[in-house]
Amino acid sequence: MGSSGSPPEGDLLTISAKIVVAGGFGVGKTTFVGSVSEVPPMSNEAWMTEAGEGVDDIPPGGKSTTTVAMDFGRITLRPDLLLYLFGTPGQARFWFLWDDLSRGALGAVVLVDTSRIDDSFAAINYFENDSELPFVVAVNQFEGMPVHDLDEVRDALALDPSVPLVTCDARDRASTIATLTELVSHTLSLAVLSGPAGRELAGSAPHA
Amino acid sequence: MGVPHESFGGPGGGAPGPGRSPGKQHKDVISVSDKDTALPRRSRRIRAYALTGGRTSTRHQLLVETLVSVPQYDPALSGTLMPESRSLYERARARCSIAELSVGLDLPLGVVRVLIGDLASQGAVFVHPTAHAYHHDTNVLERILDGLKRLPA
Repeated sequence: MGSSGSPPEGDLLTISAKIVVAGGFGVGKTTFVGSVSEVPPMSNEAWMTEAGEGVDDIPPGGKSTTTVAMDFGRITLRPDLLLYLFGTPGQARFWFLWDDLSRGALGAVVLVDTSRIDDSFAAINYFENDSELPFVVAVNQFEGMPVHDLDEVRDALALDPSVPLVTCDARDRASTIATLTELVSHTLSLAVLSGPAGRELAGSAPHA
Repeated sequence: MGVPHESFGGPGGGAPGPGRSPGKQHKDVISVSDKDTALPRRSRRIRAYALTGGRTSTRHQLLVETLVSVPQYDPALSGTLMPESRSLYERARARCSIAELSVGLDLPLGVVRVLIGDLASQGAVFVHPTAHAYHHDTNVLERILDGLKRLPA
C-alpha cells in the first residue's frame, strides 16, 4: 500500500485459487473461514436479486430487490499464490448464486452439524447433482458434542463412498487446515485420474 | 423528474420515439438537462448500475477470486475516469481480488466486474489468471497442497 509507480517485478505472476465452504445456515462456515484466514472474514452485500415469488413473502407494494451477503477470507500460501475461502449464502433460495461462487473453484467443503443433519442435505445434493466440483463433507465436531460414528453419518447422508468424510472443529486452525488439505488431495487425485497429464502420471511409476 | 441525463442514457438511449422529431431539437433537451443538475435522489446502488450503462456482463473472465493490478499507474488516466472507476483503478494499484474490491468500495460484484472489465479492455488494469486457468496442470494443485501443508498450525 502507498507505493508509487509500478508494482514489483514478479507481482504480475501472482495467481489466486478458491475453495467454497458450504452447508446449512449457522453450521459454522464463517467460523471455519475465520479460523484460518489471515484477515478477519470480509463481508458485504455483494449480490442483488429479485425476491423469489412464491418462496419469499413479497411485501405489499409488489416486487422487491434483496441483497445477499458474500463472506470470505484469504490465505497467502506463497508470495505468488493466494487461496480464497468463500462461504455460500446459507438460505435455500440463493442457491443460484452458488453457481457464481463455484465457477473456477478447486472444490468445496460441505460442513455438517449432526444435530441438524437435514440442513446439509440441500448442499450435498447441489454438489452431487448440480455441480462438477470435487467436494468433501466435514462434520463440525465441537468439544462436548455427542460423537457420531462416521459410517452412521455417511448412511444418514446417503453419501457416495467416493466422497471423503472427515470430522473437524471449525474453530481450530489446525483442524480447518487439515480439512482443506483433505479437499485439495481429493481434487488432485481426481485430476490425476481424469486429466490428460494424469494418464501419463498414472502410467509412470510414482517417485517414492 | 424524468429528465434524461447524458450519463444514464447508455448506447441505446438515443433512439427517437415515434412522433418525436430527431435532430437539432435534441440539443435543446440536453441543454435543459444540463441545467437540471439536481438529480432526484436515488439509491446509490441503482446509480452504480446506471454507470455501467445497464450492462451486467463483461468479456473478461472475472471470478470473485480473480486478482487485478495496475502494471503502470497513470495519474492522467485516473483523472479522466468516472468516480467509481477511478476508485477501482486507485485501489488496484495494490494488487487486489474482485471480491476485495467489492467489499473495499462497497460496490456490488456485478458493477465491479463490468467496470474492471472496461479498465482491462483499455489496458489500464491487468487481470491475473486464476488457478482454474491451469486446471489441466496438476503442478498448480500440488503447489497449493504443499502450501497448505506448510502453513503454521
